[in-house]
Amino acid sequence: MPTIEFQGKQLEVDEDGYLVNLDDWAPELATQLASNDGLTLTDAHWEVINFLRDYYQKYQIAPMIKILVKEIGKVMGPEKGNTKYLYELFPDGPAKQACRYAGLPKPTGCV
Amino acid sequence: MAKFTKKPKDLIADIDYSKTPSTDWMDTPVEFKEHTFCWGAKGKNLEIVGFPNARDWSPAEEDWKLPHDWENTVMDAIKDRLSKYRSFKLFMDICVRCGACADKCHFYIGSGDPKNMPVLRAELFRSIYRRYFTAPGRIFGRLAGARELTLQVLKEWWYYFYQCTECRRCSVFCPYGIDTAEITMMVREFTNLLGLNTDWISGPVANCYIKGNHLGLEPHTIKSSIEFFLDDIETITGIRIEPSFNRKGAEILFVTPSGDLFADPGTYTCMGYLMLFHELGLDYTWSTYASEGGNFGFFTSNEMAKRLNYKIYAEAKRLGVKFIIGGECGHMWRVIHQYMDTWNGPADFLEVPKSPITGTVFENAKTTKMIHITEFTADLIRNNKLKLDPSRNDNLIVTYHDSCNTSRGMGLLEEPRYIIKNVCNHFYEMPEDTIREKTFCCGSGTGLNAGENMELRMRGGLPRAMAVKYVKEKYGVNMLANVCAIDRATLSTLMDYYNPGVRVTGVHELVANALVMKGEKPRETNLRQEPLPGKEGA
Repeated sequence: MPTIEFQGKQLEVDEDGYLVNLDDWAPELATQLASNDGLTLTDAHWEVINFLRDYYQKYQIAPMIKILVKEIGKVMGPEKGNTKYLYELFPDGPAKQACRYAGLPKPTGCV
Repeated sequence: MAKFTKKPKDLIADIDYSKTPSTDWMDTPVEFKEHTFCWGAKGKNLEIVGFPNARDWSPAEEDWKLPHDWENTVMDAIKDRLSKYRSFKLFMDICVRCGACADKCHFYIGSGDPKNMPVLRAELFRSIYRRYFTAPGRIFGRLAGARELTLQVLKEWWYYFYQCTECRRCSVFCPYGIDTAEITMMVREFTNLLGLNTDWISGPVANCYIKGNHLGLEPHTIKSSIEFFLDDIETITGIRIEPSFNRKGAEILFVTPSGDLFADPGTYTCMGYLMLFHELGLDYTWSTYASEGGNFGFFTSNEMAKRLNYKIYAEAKRLGVKFIIGGECGHMWRVIHQYMDTWNGPADFLEVPKSPITGTVFENAKTTKMIHITEFTADLIRNNKLKLDPSRNDNLIVTYHDSCNTSRGMGLLEEPRYIIKNVCNHFYEMPEDTIREKTFCCGSGTGLNAGENMELRMRGGLPRAMAVKYVKEKYGVNMLANVCAIDRATLSTLMDYYNPGVRVTGVHELVANALVMKGEKPRETNLRQEPLPGKEGA
């Protein structure tokens, strides 16, 4: 099992870099993962990450993109409630990249 | 692993059918190429369903952490399956290696790798069968096309039998009717006995076993997802729908792949089911227990597939329904149509499906008691029970992709087409050799639809993509319809790769767009909340 180093500890991740143990997550980890990708997390990013974590707590799965879009539209204003805006925040895709920063498992989409 | 970035033209340029390895196939070792195989299973998922040799493992690593006596496990299993399944023994013995199947496989067409020719793929296993289970093989060895079972052989099996989607297109062309999918299923069973499952298959199997569906959606998640669709339906039509869940005494149980509940564009298909059933006033219920139409167990072992299939019937019995309608899914229907009856049937506690709207009795489902939703809807249209306005789909130029399993596995060819032609004004078929019984696979079936397997998927999907490209250029096709949840997810990726601008839809999304509902407000948008044709400026 691959690992990543965080605050002097080795955390287990899967082949695609998603945390294996949700409890290993800390906000600083999200910042570290983003900076590895050359991203600086803004309040807008955190809005998404926090929503993903809350949703996961409640439903044990990452939300559908359209649920995320609707929620962000509600919080950040309707002009930001669209997929394009989310892709601007997370260029690798709001599902994949934001879930990884939020410490959620890799989203599976359809199986 | 680096991201898959190969461009379509470079991928196609790699294919060279005239190039064959300089060494004999038995002497050409398997090479695990990046982006052409799935990650190994996680031990925790294998443990959940009691699969053997549960541990984390990686196909990319040298050590597969096999049990010390793995050869004996495989030999015993081969012996057992040969005695249990006469078809398997027959398929081992009767191939004359005529080669009719060789160029029919989408993975061969898309890769040019000779070991993706169905005949040679089967030979990877058949050579072992000959060596240990036939007299000529035992005596003459390699001269008789036989070889020893080694770790290299096992790895070769794993790589190539997880490069077959059990689509059965090759079988259509086999003069002996050898079902290569059955051979793949058997070899996957053997790898399953050694814990050599993939993460993408074993995760959903474990989820389905403990939570009722592949995605692992819990009851409240299913409900909240459907509530979300109901809000959207209300926005679009002004109608508030109130479906029921786990309701005892309903006439019909409805079961669909969980992808429809959680992944676009399947979610629009799901909205289509909800709207149609509401309009009919159908006495039906959803189940949060039998909440999966698909069956990834089918890609591990017959026994696992049987266990997962049983949940649907156990739930039908518990709820006391009369029969079951199944949603738009592919392999679900191969399981129901060709396996269910001998595994868990006949379902005598249910009644032969009879449409409560038209009175049509579906004799074809008299033992399984389960009908495909396109059979149900086609019958409604034929009996003039739906008010339809196909002009609402006039911005769409549609073609139809036959799912391998519904077409070759159950002969469902006309119903989806009949429906589409009644709800859309612009429909064009892809070339004859790529549809109906000869349909080309999406390239990602049988659990091969993982992200890390992207190059293989784009190679396997190449023939389908080229057929779509043809109708796109000739007729301006911009919508690819299908009746399978895996198709809906994977064809979207395939189209973005080869044919940007072509989108993907389930048939019941098209139905619901055209469906004129009692009491609806004038529709301004389609189910995707895009303006209807003629309403763009509104």
